[in-house]
Amino acid sequence: MTASRDLRDDPPLLEIDELRTHFDTLAGTVRSVDGVSYRLNAGETLGIVGESGCGKSVTALSILRLLPSPPARFAGGAIRFRGIDLLSLSEREMRDIRGNRISMIFQEPMTSLNPVLTVGRQIAETVMLHQGLGRRAAWARAVEMLRLVQIAEPDRRAAEYPHQMSGGMRQRVMIALALACHPDVLIADEPTTALDVTIQAQILDLLRDLQARLGMGIIMITHDLGVVAECCDRVVVMYAGRKVEEAPVEDLFDRPLHPYTRALMASMPSMAGGGSRLPEIPGMVPAPQDLGAGCAFAPRCAFTTERCRREPPPLTAVGAGHAVACFEAERVGCITAAFPLPFQTSPSQAGASA
Amino acid sequence: MTTVSLAPAAAGAAVCTPTIRSRMRRWLRKHPTLIVGAALLSTVAALSVAAPWIASHDPQALDPLARFRPPSAEHLFGTDAMGRDLFSRTVWGGRASLSVGLLVAVLATSAGVALGLLAGFVRWAEGPVMRLMDGLMAIPDILLAIALMAVTRAGLTTVVVAITVPQVPRVVRLVRSLALSLRERQYVEAAHALGTPLPVILIRHVLPNMITPLIVQATFIAATAILIEALLSFLGVGLPPQIPSWGTMMADARNFIAIAFHAALFPGLFLAATVLSVNLIGDGLRDALDPRLARQL
Repeated sequence: MTASRDLRDDPPLLEIDELRTHFDTLAGTVRSVDGVSYRLNAGETLGIVGESGCGKSVTALSILRLLPSPPARFAGGAIRFRGIDLLSLSEREMRDIRGNRISMIFQEPMTSLNPVLTVGRQIAETVMLHQGLGRRAAWARAVEMLRLVQIAEPDRRAAEYPHQMSGGMRQRVMIALALACHPDVLIADEPTTALDVTIQAQILDLLRDLQARLGMGIIMITHDLGVVAECCDRVVVMYAGRKVEEAPVEDLFDRPLHPYTRALMASMPSMAGGGSRLPEIPGMVPAPQDLGAGCAFAPRCAFTTERCRREPPPLTAVGAGHAVACFEAERVGCITAAFPLPFQTSPSQAGASA
Repeated sequence: MTTVSLAPAAAGAAVCTPTIRSRMRRWLRKHPTLIVGAALLSTVAALSVAAPWIASHDPQALDPLARFRPPSAEHLFGTDAMGRDLFSRTVWGGRASLSVGLLVAVLATSAGVALGLLAGFVRWAEGPVMRLMDGLMAIPDILLAIALMAVTRAGLTTVVVAITVPQVPRVVRLVRSLALSLRERQYVEAAHALGTPLPVILIRHVLPNMITPLIVQATFIAATAILIEALLSFLGVGLPPQIPSWGTMMADARNFIAIAFHAALFPGLFLAATVLSVNLIGDGLRDALDPRLARQL
């Protein structure tokens, strides 16, 4: 599916091409995103997965050019939205893209809304700004958006302040705010992390439903593979600022080829697994400034060879739309789910059948 | 769970809505400094506003035959060295003091907000603006005001400007520190992500969230301004002599303090009462609007 889309005559909605976002700090240059490429098609949900500090959010903020510069700096690559290079746009042109064509929802619904404005007003002002609607029409749109995100009594709720709403409702308001101008791309940065599980499922359902109706492409940034399995079409796994694996979602869960992907899956609780201790990935994500010459995951990996420490593994295609950056991918792939994963001594629920 | 949490909220709403006045009264009772300050200030303000009608004499009219009269029915506060009625001069002087206080508070706060937001949100402006403010703060504010008065002509405008300039850095530093923390709030970031232009973000999302500390700061600036105006007038570099002012009156009375101390007493009392009341209001507002700070003190 993805392979066929790679043909040049079908430009993707959003294309990240060898993006390098670096931060100039006193301690040296931090390469938060170092040569990441991916593409998003209309109507598709792309999951971006990784631990904290992998560069997931920095990639997303780079797309909207929201990183303060300095210290952030684009050291290379391109971000193309419908063929337009976003990195070459002026701040003014970029403002027309933000919220209007590409929108974003954040992790914390508690702090993402202005406490001193009613939620209807916050939505209405965004609409007035981008679409030039009058006050009344904008308010009507705000109420309509609140209805769209399934808030009960949207007329009354529009006049309420954020503190009068629950976390789940505020996240719905955030989604309404982000979608008020019908953007083509929605970036969801951990949209469900701060919510309880039942609300999480509702919000994911809502996003899927809205996507089917409005046809936007969604970039879903998360560290939760459950969320990925639930709602993504394709997944990019990031580690230390690089893409280590990319695959259609079923393929990734059936045949994870990067040791890091396997480790993430193994450390996910499963319904069938019983009460044994979850395996964890030993060590931490290395700070981007102390990366060695070889594979960034090598110090934490169970498959490490001499070669892994010497040179970085290139990204190689291993199937339809499936690519992995690992020298030992074949060996990793051979270990079927039936075997315990060799990361921790404790027995694991290796399957991760989500 | 939901029913439990809903019930008291609904009941509370039913009790609260019809009695906004009683809630206000309860709120005021909790903050006595605010009431005392407000009562004192409104008295002074009422006297000053009503000056043209309640003044028994022309504040500038000289009466060489009635010099140094002690307080009496005709001259409530007595007369000064030139026979001018002190009561009339005092209430007229209140106008000068209060307008200077109000104008300086408004001007210094507005200028400080503009510069502070600039320093807080526009990266290249932060260094120059803050270093300029540091420079201004290094000069004692009264000295700076005197210097500014020395290069201009005496008048209400020049006095206001001369007092405003040294007060601006305080507001700038406050606003910048608030802006730095508000800048990182997610709703400000979210507004950026939704393509809101910076001026709209500042007016809609940032300014309303810093209004409380600004109000408190503005009251303290008003108190300082009233005091500095009196001081400048006392030193003879403030308001021109044709505008009655408490500072000028005390300066005039200084030489004759042994024979007519009442000439210095009344303007002094009014000045003290006004500054005290504004400070009380500032303290009261701070306690009322920022409960966290109040608990620390």
